[in-house]
Amino acid sequence: MPHDHHDHLSPSGHPFRADDDVPLSYWQCMEIAIRELLIDKGETTAAEIASQIDAMDSRSPANGAAVVARAWVDPRFRAQLLENAADATREMGFDIGPLNLIAVENTADVHNVIVCTLCSCYPRNLLGLPPDWYKSRAYRSRVVKSPRAVLREFGLDLPETTTVRVHDSTADMRYIVLPARPAGTERLSESELAALVTRDSMIGTGIPLSAG
Amino acid sequence: MGGQPAGALDLSQHDFALWEKRVDALMIIGSARGHFTVDGLRRALEDMGEDAFETMTYYERWIAAINQNLVEAGVYTLEELGLRMAEIQARGDTYGEAANG
Repeated sequence: MPHDHHDHLSPSGHPFRADDDVPLSYWQCMEIAIRELLIDKGETTAAEIASQIDAMDSRSPANGAAVVARAWVDPRFRAQLLENAADATREMGFDIGPLNLIAVENTADVHNVIVCTLCSCYPRNLLGLPPDWYKSRAYRSRVVKSPRAVLREFGLDLPETTTVRVHDSTADMRYIVLPARPAGTERLSESELAALVTRDSMIGTGIPLSAG
Repeated sequence: MGGQPAGALDLSQHDFALWEKRVDALMIIGSARGHFTVDGLRRALEDMGEDAFETMTYYERWIAAINQNLVEAGVYTLEELGLRMAEIQARGDTYGEAANG
């Protein structure tokens, strides 16, 4: 039965997408068919698909925030992270897969932003699935050409003196931004620091929250 | 598309539908089974032409790319896919009915 969700928000506060309540589309039908064929042929199981989705749902920017907070409090870890982010985060216990991961550090003079102009490569093991805008034509087209204007649309107005570096991800090379630690946070614990680290601050379209 | 003109950013977010999450899972599983690489998916996406980026949603493009790669890898045939899709359409009008949950 189609339901009318138009005036409702989901538990997470986001609007339901039309796909949830419109008649079966061609592509949805193809998804069901492929999934069933793969199960019938022993390529996968319904349980494996469900557990993949659980794993996907359990990843969130909190993972990345924990990494950033560790780098802020532990200079040795910070050095490891900048040297080889994949190994450093694996040591923290995150499953980041076989891909290369590069952490790029924001400083007083340099601000980094990540994008995937090809499609949607994203440090999903540390941040969860990419937000819709990250996959949008507008972001991918424009951030490489006029990053400052795009950042202003996120409410981030960088001084002209700040160098902006845009990093274009590829299928096997992903980036995460190590944002600069906010001023006045010397006394905060690692977990208090992690709470300041937003998703967008690790993409580079934002900066961490300020303390207090 | 990097560098091409485009409009203002839309910062709204939708909840991922179950079928979209399943497409994502199929991408990871198919790739882990060695049936395709991200490059293979990318090639299929490029082959769709620019129109696909205007007319199809993100996960619609992905399921189409996964399908092309799985057929090329010989995991199933287009005939098998067509038969199964017809069967699924006959089950009901909505995703929930057609997917049997």
